[in-house]
Amino acid sequence: MTRHEWPLFEVFVRAKRGLNHVHVGSLRAADHEMALHHARDLYTRRNEGVSIWVVRSDAVAASDPADKEAFFTPSSDKVYRHPTHYAIPDNVPHI
Amino acid sequence: MAFDDAYHALTDHDDDARWAYGTGFTDPLAGVPGDLPDGVDRTELAAYCLMLGDDALILSHRLQQWVTRSPELEDELALANIGLDLLGQARLLLTRAGVAEGWGRDEDDLAMRRDPSGFRNVCLAERADADFAHLVARLFALSTWRLALLDRLTASRDPMLAAIAAKGVKEVTYHRDYAAQWVVRLGDGTPLSHDRMLAAVETLTPQLAELFRSHPTEIGLASVGVAVDPATLEAEFTQVWTHVLQTATLLPPTASLGGGAAPSLACDPAAEVSGVPAGIEQERARPWGRDGEHTPALAEILDEMQGVARSVPGGVW
Repeated sequence: MTRHEWPLFEVFVRAKRGLNHVHVGSLRAADHEMALHHARDLYTRRNEGVSIWVVRSDAVAASDPADKEAFFTPSSDKVYRHPTHYAIPDNVPHI
Repeated sequence: MAFDDAYHALTDHDDDARWAYGTGFTDPLAGVPGDLPDGVDRTELAAYCLMLGDDALILSHRLQQWVTRSPELEDELALANIGLDLLGQARLLLTRAGVAEGWGRDEDDLAMRRDPSGFRNVCLAERADADFAHLVARLFALSTWRLALLDRLTASRDPMLAAIAAKGVKEVTYHRDYAAQWVVRLGDGTPLSHDRMLAAVETLTPQLAELFRSHPTEIGLASVGVAVDPATLEAEFTQVWTHVLQTATLLPPTASLGGGAAPSLACDPAAEVSGVPAGIEQERARPWGRDGEHTPALAEILDEMQGVARSVPGGVW
């Protein structure tokens, strides 16, 4: 009997107080439902999360490391993209 | 085990840098009064706590034996998690049993210093599983039964039992879901997985009757609002069991309950000499775990589970 590998899934967990789902790792599962179950067992054992996303790894489009120059360096000298030239009142938090 | 409350450092929800992950754990028994309910026999209450605690302890040990033997790494973790949940329930219930009997025995004395005849778990909890299909079938049956039981036990007059049950309901709901998904996945899978899942269910079905057989301790404590009579669980169990097996193509989809397609899983204790179905005769001949009668499988489990504690009396870790 040939052994078929289950497909790989990427797991994203939203922490208790966070706003975004954060990538925490990957796992193998036969389908989305099993992937969610496994993610719960593998990645939320210590109160880490309140919500889980799983997505098949082959459904993720990733930037090519070879394109790093074109993708990311152009933003490093464009200071005007950051709203740092404003005076912020003292009672406005989290800026 | 000599340690303080395990929740002590983790119940304060703060940004203590020692913890890489979230704190804010909750102690399920915080603030629950430990007094015994009025008019309840201590010995009977202790015996009942042992029944439910031993079910969890022995099944937990069987699940632990699957670690390093599971078909996939992810399922190994899932089974270990379920085993740990049950071990946690067993610890609370055995502690309650020790308090109720009042001889100063703690959870460790009860887990590690009883012989097979002192254990009160149902025999299905101690059964060894021939393969993964047998395991998920048995886990599904026991989780379905235990969930129905704990669900009713949340209304117990013993506040401690009610709190332990409320904690357990959340855990066992997940256990049942996990096992049911595997029963369906294998049953409604390939021809090979279907045949092996069907064989597991056919092996298991005759072993289910013990789950609905009422012990005098259970009946007595149920009558005063402390315990749950297992005979009252059969209807709910059969409904869930039939639904999942039909979804898994392991039972004909037409079987509606009461249509004669799903025979009663329990034995009727009122049925006596005349017209006793053969199944009841068989059931009475089987060992009854609630009475301390067990299969040889339990002695094997205890040899492994109690070995260290018995060879190092008084040892702590």
